[in-house]
Amino acid sequence: MKVIDRFAEKFFWVAAVLSLSVTVLIFGFMVILGFPLFKGGQFIELLSKPWLPDHGIFGIYPMIVGTLSIALLGLGFAFPLCLGCSAFISVLGPKRLGRILKKTVQIMTGIPTVIYGFVGIFLLVPVIREVFESGSGMCILSTSLLLAILISPTMILFFSDSFDQVPKPFLDAVDALGGNKAQKILYVILPYSWRGVLTGLILALGRAMGDTMIALMVAGNAVAIPDSVLDSARTLTAHIALIIAADFESLEFKTLFACGIILYLFTTFIALSVRSIDSKFWRKK
Amino acid sequence: MMDRVLEKVVAGFSWICAMVLLGTVFCIVGYLLINGLGTINVTLIFGETDPVDALLFRKQVFDGLFPAIVGTFALVALSVSFAVPIGIAAGIYMAEYCRGVLKRVFSLFFDVLAGIPSIVVGLFGFSVAIFLHNYFSSRIYPCLLISALSLAFLVLPYLIRTTQISLENLPEDIRQTAPALGATKLQNIFYVLIPRSLSGMASGVILSIGRCAEDTAVIMLTGAVTMVGVPKSVFSNYEALPFYIYYISSQYSNKQELLSGYGAAIILLVICGLLFTVAFFVKHRLAYHALYRQ
Repeated sequence: MKVIDRFAEKFFWVAAVLSLSVTVLIFGFMVILGFPLFKGGQFIELLSKPWLPDHGIFGIYPMIVGTLSIALLGLGFAFPLCLGCSAFISVLGPKRLGRILKKTVQIMTGIPTVIYGFVGIFLLVPVIREVFESGSGMCILSTSLLLAILISPTMILFFSDSFDQVPKPFLDAVDALGGNKAQKILYVILPYSWRGVLTGLILALGRAMGDTMIALMVAGNAVAIPDSVLDSARTLTAHIALIIAADFESLEFKTLFACGIILYLFTTFIALSVRSIDSKFWRKK
Repeated sequence: MMDRVLEKVVAGFSWICAMVLLGTVFCIVGYLLINGLGTINVTLIFGETDPVDALLFRKQVFDGLFPAIVGTFALVALSVSFAVPIGIAAGIYMAEYCRGVLKRVFSLFFDVLAGIPSIVVGLFGFSVAIFLHNYFSSRIYPCLLISALSLAFLVLPYLIRTTQISLENLPEDIRQTAPALGATKLQNIFYVLIPRSLSGMASGVILSIGRCAEDTAVIMLTGAVTMVGVPKSVFSNYEALPFYIYYISSQYSNKQELLSGYGAAIILLVICGLLFTVAFFVKHRLAYHALYRQ
């Protein structure tokens, strides 16, 4: 019996270490393959230069701008929407309608990203093109609108989850004082659960920056630095997806690993910040 | 007075938000259904080939969705069979054996793994394939096996998380009964704890299946193509539904192809919708704990 016990523990341990090593391996592989980039401050240069392959300049600054503007704008659209929806689910809306909304949001988590992109191209892009009468409609604005829908379930479920963690006596106190529902959400629930809201926001930002398909399909993938939200742009993720060079040694190919490394580091940053909010403050209550 | 106005605005705003979101989802699904429902028939899937021949793999289907559907199923089956044993074993380790600082380090790494954009995992798979091609055997290319492995990496953290959470959520008295009767730790895990948390683990597996079926970013870099028919082996290229949808949206040449894109989108939506609904039905609470709590 003892032997089996020890063998089983070893097996479980090996599985965990294997999973952990995948995390390390992905990063290590990118660093090793992109290694020439780190020589002589080239990496920093990459981050600030434009993408001009004809001149041998392979900077990824436009993609960084594209990623940030699309993700932040999407977050800007989604955040108020999600706060409203989760307030509706938890307090403000009628019980039954709130439940329907929550079920819908849960089902939304199952809608494939590529479908948002597909519908975006044929439904949203023409609308944007007609309304603003400029460009092809494949722009930052369309992408961030779609992205807002994509990341909404993450935020709404997270928000309404942390709204539900407000202790019942607090809510009863509002009722006892004759407070209405809007007062309940404004003065009790939101101040109490702001850390949960912040965590949800950070996770959604990670999701927005990491998404590939919507940006690839709808943003137009232009490599110029975008001037307005109606300009086409390319994200880091889409840039990776558009690999055409099969020449493993070329600088053009190596820049993909720069994109990958940036996205990976950003992911790590997200995980760390969520963790620090979670353990330092959240648990004490 | 100002406060009263603010409160009214807040209430109104939340109604608007709820309606906007419901309306958007309704539009997206409705748009697909209106445009694509008419295209769903036997020809869409099997083209001109006889369905029986196609199902028995006696003839290749070149003008239908059948190869893409087969490809997606093969991909899901392969990657889930890689990921499930490792993911569940690692989850058991996290919940039952790992303690203290080590546990915190492990969970941080799994959080990072869960957050890595799928395209980066795809890039990893792609470069591993090219690396092997250049340095080991020129016969290795991005293929079904590479895709399945990459997807397995992608869903590993979900599996670990769901297993871990469902084990850790078991009440303390259930946890202690068997050891009190003289059972070893392993017996306790296999005869008491795992059976009690099966529904949680099952929902994790179902979620991973959904994730594998819908992911496009990984497979487009690791071997998904169009027009190759049913994959012959795990070392060959393959077709997949989500990649087909992406391909059609950017490369369609006529109305017929576009319509088949709508059809494919509906089929994928139904597959994923069903899987996620089942997962939520099995244990909805745990499911989004794993996805959003990280």
